[in-house]
Amino acid sequence: MTTTSVLGVFAHVDTTLQAIRDLRAKGFSDLTVYTPIPVEEIEHEVEKVRPLSKVRLFTLVGALTGTATGFFLTIWSSLKWELVTGGKAPVSIPPFVIIAFELTILLGGLASALAILVLGQLPRLKPSPTYDPRFTLDRFGVAVACAPDKVESVQSLLSTAGAEEVRR
Amino acid sequence: MSAPPAQSAIATTASPTWADVNRDVIRTVGMPGDKYFAWMCLVALTLACGAAAWAWQIWVGIGAAGKRTPQMWAMYITTFVFWIGIGHAGTLISAILYLFRAKWRTSIYRGAEAMTVFAVMTAGLFPLIHAGRMWFAYWLLPYPNQRYLWPNFKSPLVWDVFAISTYLTISVVFFIVGLVPDIAALRDSATGIKRKIYAVMSLGWEGSDQQWRHYRRAYGLLASLATPLVLSVHSVVSFDFAMALVPGWHSTLFAPFFVDGAIFSGFAMVLILMLPMRYLFDWYAYIADKHLDAMAKLILVTSLVLSYFYSCEVFTAWYSGDHFERASVFAKATKEYAWAYWLMYSCNSVTPLVFFWRKARTHVPTLYIVSILVLIGMWFERFNIIVPGLGHDFYPYTWGTYYPTVTDTTIIVGSFAWFFILFLGFIRVMPSLSIVEVKEVLPHPLKHGHH
Repeated sequence: MTTTSVLGVFAHVDTTLQAIRDLRAKGFSDLTVYTPIPVEEIEHEVEKVRPLSKVRLFTLVGALTGTATGFFLTIWSSLKWELVTGGKAPVSIPPFVIIAFELTILLGGLASALAILVLGQLPRLKPSPTYDPRFTLDRFGVAVACAPDKVESVQSLLSTAGAEEVRR
Repeated sequence: MSAPPAQSAIATTASPTWADVNRDVIRTVGMPGDKYFAWMCLVALTLACGAAAWAWQIWVGIGAAGKRTPQMWAMYITTFVFWIGIGHAGTLISAILYLFRAKWRTSIYRGAEAMTVFAVMTAGLFPLIHAGRMWFAYWLLPYPNQRYLWPNFKSPLVWDVFAISTYLTISVVFFIVGLVPDIAALRDSATGIKRKIYAVMSLGWEGSDQQWRHYRRAYGLLASLATPLVLSVHSVVSFDFAMALVPGWHSTLFAPFFVDGAIFSGFAMVLILMLPMRYLFDWYAYIADKHLDAMAKLILVTSLVLSYFYSCEVFTAWYSGDHFERASVFAKATKEYAWAYWLMYSCNSVTPLVFFWRKARTHVPTLYIVSILVLIGMWFERFNIIVPGLGHDFYPYTWGTYYPTVTDTTIIVGSFAWFFILFLGFIRVMPSLSIVEVKEVLPHPLKHGHH
């Protein structure tokens, strides 16, 4: 099925919110909402129908990999050459906790940053057709992907909600 | 840099709109004037002197630095700890205050984060400068080799390598993640080649709900990871001292003592950088009196905590009955380094008390002077731990006095130039005020009135 995109440009948070609600009520669910900043109300509305972001899974896996690497590296390398240094047994856990802690944070942090790229599909090489430079300034955008025969009803929905500009 | 004139905040009754934020931030990016280049030349010249001094030290050997027994750690380690400390305020503001939802952080956090990254990059030079054969510095890293030699993971110096490289990496990641949506705003207002460069750097950010939802989650998680990291970095740095047996160093007090001092000096540096920026970029609408007031209060609190730690140090030396601890404190307060000891007290414990007065907390010259004194005081705090500490340990036989040389002094002055050249460069190519976060605390545009 071919789909067409319709974009409504809004100047206000409440009108944008109204448009999202109206569109959802009429069964249009393939929406992309552009905001200059993360707005809690809009986020709440959009997130309602979605599972929780998977970023935390990345963070958890990264952090645990870090912990495991930290302990493995320190214990394994100490056993390579079993020297008593500073009166401590070759494998002494307390000092190794520091290395494991640092690597937990390091890999956990890097994995979280990776999650932004992977899940947010960045870097994006070409701007999406519905993007408008005003969306980093002070305008909000609601882009609707719909069947070509629904375009008019979407356009009127967006205008009624308070869009200052509607285009295909 | 002279203190900017005491100009009262331009009365902005109406808060700026979102478009104003873009305009006010983006106009600071671009071709600077002659004055900027004059400052840049001065800084670059100082940096060149520092680099020449380092080259000289590598050429003739570490003896050029004035370090000799018993003070094999001297000004380099002092300055290293100083810069790591400066690097604490940025991540504190961007991580801890973010988690606490302290709204006043938004207009200072970008500058503070840049400061953090550059301060840690400056600090990172010092272990290399300090090491005689710095080309072997990579020996500290764990890498497979034919002799099965691995770092001694029980050594605080190796912990330090891990702590600082993690801190630098995470601070840089945090910094870049925060910058991405702002660079997208820069991209959308730029033209020509600049637009192309910013387009690449913004990773094609569009601010769609799909991007924001993961971004926001990841940002929160990064903040939660960075929070224990901030507190751990200076704790680990303090272990470099506390794990040793030197009188005055071997103390369980050191970790919180160092962390508090780091936040204290970090905020002073934030003020030193932000006050001229506010003046030159005319950001009075964003960095208002309440921001200065909040920072001054933090400086005051951390100063009081620091004074408490200072008195604990003296008290434990006396109350423990340990002869060497007592002798060490006595020597610090009365012998050849006494001037440094009392300078530290007056700068760190006495001067910030002026912030008990409300007026002083928003009075720009006072803030500036106190901040500079705090930086001086905090540099001398580390000096007082390291140099007199090593100079007066267990045996009179090993006592000694350290005299700085032209070489090490020049390298240290050069490190400030390195820091400032990075910072000055940054403020002209990147938004040094967060466009997104400042907008977040402004009233959101509503058609049907504010709720």
